[in-house]
Amino acid sequence: MTAGEAPASASGRRSVEVDAQGLNFGPQHPSAHGVLRLVLELDGEVVERADPHVGLLHRGTEKLIEYKTYLQATPYFDRLDYVSPMSEEHAFVLATERLLGVVPPERAQWIRVLFSEITRVLNHLLNVTSYALDVGAITPALWGFEEREKLMEFYEAASGARFHANYFRPGGVNRDLPDGLEDRIAAFCEPFLRFVDDLETLLTANRIWKQRTVDIGIVDAATALAWGFSGPPLRASGVAWDLRRAQPYETYDQVSFKVPIGRNGDCYDRYLMRVWEMRESVSIIQQCLAKMKPGPVRIADSKITPPPRAEMKRSMEALINHFKLMSEGFHVPTGATYTVVETPKGEFGVYLVSDGTNKPYRCKIRATGFAHLQAMDVLARRHMLADCCAIIGSLDIVFGEIDR
Amino acid sequence: MAEAAGNGDWFAEAAALTGVVRAFRERDEAVLVAERDALLPLMQTLRDDPRFRFEECMDLCGVDWPQRPERFEVVYNLLSVSRNCRVRVIISTDEKTPVASVCHLWPVATWWERETWDMYGIVFAGQPDMRRILTEYGFEGHPLRKDFPLTGYVEVRYDEERGAVVHEPVHLDQAFRTFDFLSPWEGMTTLPGDEKARRGAEGDEG
Repeated sequence: MTAGEAPASASGRRSVEVDAQGLNFGPQHPSAHGVLRLVLELDGEVVERADPHVGLLHRGTEKLIEYKTYLQATPYFDRLDYVSPMSEEHAFVLATERLLGVVPPERAQWIRVLFSEITRVLNHLLNVTSYALDVGAITPALWGFEEREKLMEFYEAASGARFHANYFRPGGVNRDLPDGLEDRIAAFCEPFLRFVDDLETLLTANRIWKQRTVDIGIVDAATALAWGFSGPPLRASGVAWDLRRAQPYETYDQVSFKVPIGRNGDCYDRYLMRVWEMRESVSIIQQCLAKMKPGPVRIADSKITPPPRAEMKRSMEALINHFKLMSEGFHVPTGATYTVVETPKGEFGVYLVSDGTNKPYRCKIRATGFAHLQAMDVLARRHMLADCCAIIGSLDIVFGEIDR
Repeated sequence: MAEAAGNGDWFAEAAALTGVVRAFRERDEAVLVAERDALLPLMQTLRDDPRFRFEECMDLCGVDWPQRPERFEVVYNLLSVSRNCRVRVIISTDEKTPVASVCHLWPVATWWERETWDMYGIVFAGQPDMRRILTEYGFEGHPLRKDFPLTGYVEVRYDEERGAVVHEPVHLDQAFRTFDFLSPWEGMTTLPGDEKARRGAEGDEG
């Protein structure tokens, strides 16, 4: 800080000029949620301007996808928002299916909805608990991660991987759920609702938690829309907008759920949105389990989905199909689509342009957090430095997705 | 994705706006191809006119078509939360001609435009903040252009002797392998010589 002292005036008062102080928040700050470099201009401890520098985790995903077949491109989506992998895959898979003009069988749609909601719980658990950790509460993280572990076991049972699932495929899902998984998921639901109640006893009425989050980072509805908000941050500002409800995809039109709406648009409301969404997700999971019927999980078109392993060992035709699919992939008709899904963080979109070959011509990934983080300047202005942590936590940003 | 009923025929009205060159629906998605010079008034109307009310600019990106005279497309994906519908506005430009920035209509466009500048080198006029955003500080080139190689030009490593991070021309021990799948067996539907076969078949009939 530089302070220039002016000579005392006639009245005996002195005016002291204090320059704004620059501060680098991150890129290795524990509550920067990854590699955020936030350049702050401070007036004492009050934030005058926040300038997020992103791109430290840029891996050129969009460029790489232009050199991969559609099947090879799907795993990149797990690695974008690594907290909600299957939801990201979902957007790309839906976009591909839209260009191909295929609709997956009903069971595959139910499985996708089921796992989208499991992913939502998985994501919100991480966000709520690590957000609490950022503002000083350690216990929620210790509790929440145990529940997350159970959900990741479901991931592992279905796809073979705890995080990078690569489970949703164009034309369905990779394979059917293993025996007994549906029962295990059903058994998870009831105790988990009690867990959410327990989690809330730690935070919702907690005096310190409220001091740190209520009336911090307020966004009104008009500002939220202008800054491209979606998902829980938009709903916390009082805009009743949920893609699952407004523009239903898969079988979301066959399940009933509530869309929680906030009133104040502050950090506390954004937290409440996520807690309520977890409860609603559990309700959707239960409805999925009740409505799922046995059946195929992939479309029968062997030009798009690989044949069953057993058939591949016996039929020459199936072997050729498999080989061509895994090496060359399928050709997608010319066209473009902007396909969106409601990921736990908000609207995640894929603008996919196909030129008729086996590789995407252009795949633009509309990262949810990219828009949210950009509003950091508006949200954090005239707040204390410590509030930055609360605001970042409440926005639920993950850099794999923002930096792409 | 289903759009709410009772929207009226907003699409026909949007197609009649000044600056719209072509309007069509592609797989149920509304697309407006617009003139670059008429972009700002068009976007203003789409945002403010009660018939359209596209409050949110959900996405903005570039697409590179090197063989076209104006090689870049700039694609805007707008969303109307109140009317529950989407529209895609497409304009074209080249490396030099600036596109009017929409950051005064939707402040969120700033980062999308910075990204489009970073990735394609498309210039946005009226955008006060044209820094690069995703690539590293001091990066040269525009990586998503089709003529930019996947491996890039520069690689970075930490040099023990100099005690610093050094940038060097990229060195590949094995050439990047790219396979041409537009083989005559699968990708091409008409082969050289097909016209002779067709002529022959017609001859047989005649």
